[in-house]
Amino acid sequence: MTSTTTFEKHRDSATTRSAVALSINGQRHELELDNRTTLLDTLREHLKLTGSKKGCDLGQCGACTVYINGERVNSCLTLAVMHQDDEITTIEGVGDVEHMDPMQQAFVDNDAFQCGYCTPGQICSAKATLDEIRAGIPSHVTQELNGPIEISDEEIRERMSGNLCRCGAYANILKAINQVANDQTARERS
Amino acid sequence: MKAFSYERIDDAAQAAARAFEVSGSKFIAGGTNLLDLMKHEIEMPAHLIDINGTGLDDIVATDDGGLRIGALVSNTALGADERIKRDYPVLSRALFAGASSQLRNKASTGGNLLQRTRCPYFYDTAMPCNKREPGAGCAALDEGADTRQLGVIGTSDHCIATHPSDMAVALRVLDAEVETVNPEGQTRRLTLDEFYQLPGDTPNVENALEPGEIITGVVLPAPVGGRQQYYKVRDRASYAFALVSVALIETDDGKGRVALGGVAPKPWRRDEADAELGNGAKAVMEKLLDGARPTDENAYKLTLAERTLAALLAKE
Ligand SMILES: Cc1cc2nc3c(=O)[nH]c(=O)nc-3n(C[C@H](O)[C@H](O)[C@H](O)COP(=O)(O)OP(=O)(O)OC[C@H]3O[C@@H](n4cnc5c(N)ncnc54)[C@H](O)[C@@H]3O)c2cc1C
Ligand code: SF4
Ligand code: FES
Ligand code: FES
Repeated sequence: MTSTTTFEKHRDSATTRSAVALSINGQRHELELDNRTTLLDTLREHLKLTGSKKGCDLGQCGACTVYINGERVNSCLTLAVMHQDDEITTIEGVGDVEHMDPMQQAFVDNDAFQCGYCTPGQICSAKATLDEIRAGIPSHVTQELNGPIEISDEEIRERMSGNLCRCGAYANILKAINQVANDQTARERS
Repeated sequence: MKAFSYERIDDAAQAAARAFEVSGSKFIAGGTNLLDLMKHEIEMPAHLIDINGTGLDDIVATDDGGLRIGALVSNTALGADERIKRDYPVLSRALFAGASSQLRNKASTGGNLLQRTRCPYFYDTAMPCNKREPGAGCAALDEGADTRQLGVIGTSDHCIATHPSDMAVALRVLDAEVETVNPEGQTRRLTLDEFYQLPGDTPNVENALEPGEIITGVVLPAPVGGRQQYYKVRDRASYAFALVSVALIETDDGKGRVALGGVAPKPWRRDEADAELGNGAKAVMEKLLDGARPTDENAYKLTLAERTLAALLAKE
């Protein structure tokens, strides 16, 4: 074994920053960041993509939910430098005022927010909830592990439990998700 | 958070050698526990080694009919795997009882095993904690401390914290083994009982990993079948750590196995308790929790564990 290097060297500013190229909403961004920068802070503070919100910064509230390679994750608990070559999608990539995603429209239709702070995270999670049910990924409340999963209020509530809402808009969030689920099912049938 | 250098190493044995070479190194997988602890300055690595490119992310059949789960397989991918759902349902159930969907998508098999305790005084850096700072004392043992969530058995006069993983409780009842590679490139396999260490007078040492040693995977033996259940009791219906959890396998020959979460510094199981399964929950717990040293505040866990097992045994 070679000799042990010192702690100090690794806390030196020459080594505590890295270059990283991130692909966000289909656009490439070349950045040079302090290694400590979370993906959430990169989005909000460096790229001015402020749709993703910081509630707890500890993985507890879901306000920072984004997609990495199609899966929902908490962007506050991952480092930007770990995501070279990953495809990141934020609420800005889900849709905008001119081109609203059906889930965004459903949140408006059902009055599924009050202050709106948790809403971007709720919408990202809501879309993933329906995708995950359709992909057959079980949840804590799924009765039968093997086989298709029925969309139900109980399934939606359990799968949305990683997104907190201080305003308590939960009842209308559930309605919004059910609206999209029903529309999708109707479209599949027709 | 303290500053640190960062590198990505795409080979497990090389990552182990590098971690040994650079003092103050830590591996990072999903980051969902490590970054939380780094923000609190409970963990302060000087160097992070990102192991997400090591390719340890598949689940493959073993020669003796079991499965080998790569250390980077996510908790979602593991719980949703067709073979796990069918042949090891207690593992799927335990995984989906933990954390949230967002966290499970990132949480890795190796990182889940190594997640650290949720003792409130471990998290509160203003309080003394032997696990954080050896020799500092244990705030949980002070008069009037909040010990409701803490351990009742396997604890010591230096630490009464529990291991918080749900997955590990299911792996323990399934007789899984942890597979590692060390900085010299040597591999070994440890049962979960060998892997996790009791606190004794060194609660800062939580497992058998040597400096630099990396978890490469978890090996499940051939399926045992039987009826498999996981019951997690917590303060709310979802998204909370266990107060008590029970993993139970009842096999067709009238035998079975039981492991507990939320009560001890490691998933808690004893052969002599398994042998009592035919005699009901009380008989099992007399053996399984013999020697328990609860506080006034967490003695409820003894009753709760027995009733939780009784509920599972009584299920149609
Ligand atoms: C809000 C919240 C709620 C949670 N609820 C639950 C719950 O109910 N039940 C539950 O069980 N868990 C729960 N968790 C914990 C979660 O399961 C863990 O954070 C996760 O499993 C850790 O995996 P990771 O890959 O993110 O680990 P990381 O954070 O990347 O690593 C954790 C530790 O393991 C080390 N490490 C990682 N991989 C390896 C390897 N291959 N070899 C050697 N060392 C390695 C790292 O150096 C680090 O010390 C919760 C977490 C949060 C934030
Ligand atoms: S119980 Fe253990 S983790 Fe908690 S304060 Fe005491 S030494 Fe620290
Ligand atoms: S800000 Fe990320 S989970 Fe709360
Ligand atoms: S709408 Fe205000 S926090 Fe959810």
